[in-house]
Amino acid sequence: MIIAVASGKGGTGKTTVAVNLALAANSANSLFLDCDVEEPNAALFLHPTLEHRKEVGILIPQVDEAKCTACGRCAEVCQFNAIAVVGQKVLVFPELCHGCGSCTLNCPEEAITEVLNVTGVLESGPAGAIQFWQGVMDVGQAMATPIIHQLKTRSLEVQPPDGLAIIDVSPGAACPVVEAVHGADFCLMVTEPTPFGLHDLRIAVEVIRDELHIPVGIVVNREGVGDSGVDEYCAAEGVPILMRIPLDRRIAEAHSEGVPVVEALPEYRAKFITLYGRIQEEVAK
Amino acid sequence: MKQIVILSGKGGTGKTTVAAALVHLASQEASIVFADADVDAANLELVLDPTVQETHDFASGKLAVVDPELCTSCGICAQVCRYNAISSTPGESHYVVDPIACEGCAACFYQCPEDAIRLEVPVAGQWLRSDTRFGPLFHARLFAGQENSGKLVTTVKQQGRLRAADEEREFLIVDGPPGIGCPVISASAGADLALLVVEPTVSGVHDLERALATTNHFRIPSLVVINKADINPKRADEIAAFCQEQGIEVVSRILYDDVVTEAMVQGLPVTAFEDGAVTAELEHVWRHVRDWLAR
Repeated sequence: MIIAVASGKGGTGKTTVAVNLALAANSANSLFLDCDVEEPNAALFLHPTLEHRKEVGILIPQVDEAKCTACGRCAEVCQFNAIAVVGQKVLVFPELCHGCGSCTLNCPEEAITEVLNVTGVLESGPAGAIQFWQGVMDVGQAMATPIIHQLKTRSLEVQPPDGLAIIDVSPGAACPVVEAVHGADFCLMVTEPTPFGLHDLRIAVEVIRDELHIPVGIVVNREGVGDSGVDEYCAAEGVPILMRIPLDRRIAEAHSEGVPVVEALPEYRAKFITLYGRIQEEVAK
Repeated sequence: MKQIVILSGKGGTGKTTVAAALVHLASQEASIVFADADVDAANLELVLDPTVQETHDFASGKLAVVDPELCTSCGICAQVCRYNAISSTPGESHYVVDPIACEGCAACFYQCPEDAIRLEVPVAGQWLRSDTRFGPLFHARLFAGQENSGKLVTTVKQQGRLRAADEEREFLIVDGPPGIGCPVISASAGADLALLVVEPTVSGVHDLERALATTNHFRIPSLVVINKADINPKRADEIAAFCQEQGIEVVSRILYDDVVTEAMVQGLPVTAFEDGAVTAELEHVWRHVRDWLAR
């Protein structure tokens, strides 16, 4: 089973919930994928031994000047202005290229080959019983989506999850989120009971439940702050609230030191096991 | 006109709280324009009570559409698509494009031997101009699951810049998105100063390092505010030491206070809601930013 952990608003506790769920579930052959490749943080809590490292990126065109006739077809078909023909010279702008390969297919002289433009790295290794994977985008790069895609393809292909795979998603509701939750059996949405939390939760549910048709359930974090808007929304939308974590300074302090809640406050282990059970019930529905 | 962008790296550290406070405080002594560049989680409007004046469709990118009448199901489109966006549906005699997965690259359009694929320009969202009691707000709504949020961010910010230039306003304040990727780069382009809001946690420290590397990469001067500094004073000190090493000034340490959430529930900038320690700290931040930009 693949469970994605998303939120809409940042900083609501996605990584906290993902990490503690993975530790409490204690499932054999489980996978943990940190798909927040702009700011990956789960390793700070799970302390994996990163044994494997692979550079990833997108395939960008490389033009063989001996074959190129500067006809301009590549620039004409490129939708991203990533290739330009100036006089007899072809210029490639790697930061604009989406790696679609259309220029290669359309070049009448077969003058284009493709080379990897590295934009990040995939790292993997064991964290106790969990097989841990993360993608890390290079600073200054714009596109997170290709790294997330390769992270998911490689990890889930190399080691298909006969047990549990947990995906830690980035904040927001745009393309990196869509790429990360795609193919999940269930999406856990972590929110806080505030107007900001609700506003962003609503948008994320519209994307993940209504557009991608992935079943969702809510974890309300820092219960006790804010207002009742999230509860009212969930009741009206028929979205199940699967867990409530109270506002507790001890949790905030443990988190700030990188200590998982199930280790700092052992009574939470049973609560996260219950959460895992409730997710399984929801998926079975 | 001076342009300030509020960033954080990690989400949920208090960017919008700080941005709303700066908008409120700056508006009391200067003419300003502000923009919410976190277009897929836009929260600034929730505390500024905007009245929408203009709404514009934002059309961007391309979307491939297969004409079922012309498609012969040869499958070339699906072979050339690198985004797994095209598939045949069981029971259907033609291929279909998944609009969410489609990157708009047009590879299928050019390869289809039957000319059965056309390109549409989808409306991916809207950008809005609103009036608030603090000045004009430029913001946006990205439609569910759309991409091109970087271009929408650029649009929102450019509209703010144009307005600020037209009316000779002194400051453009931009509430930025989390992360370090495309929307952040778009939100930060042209900024005179980035104000980074960070929290004293292992994640906050890690993400600040990457956020600062990003602002350095694009040569944007940065100042740091440590929010909820008392959650972990040791990590706050670590952040301060790291910043000192990097030659980055820590302007303020704001202590955790429930009034921040209470103000949000009331739909107000915290500085317009209370008169205590948080507001005093944010007033200090604003004066520091203003004086820094006047150097």
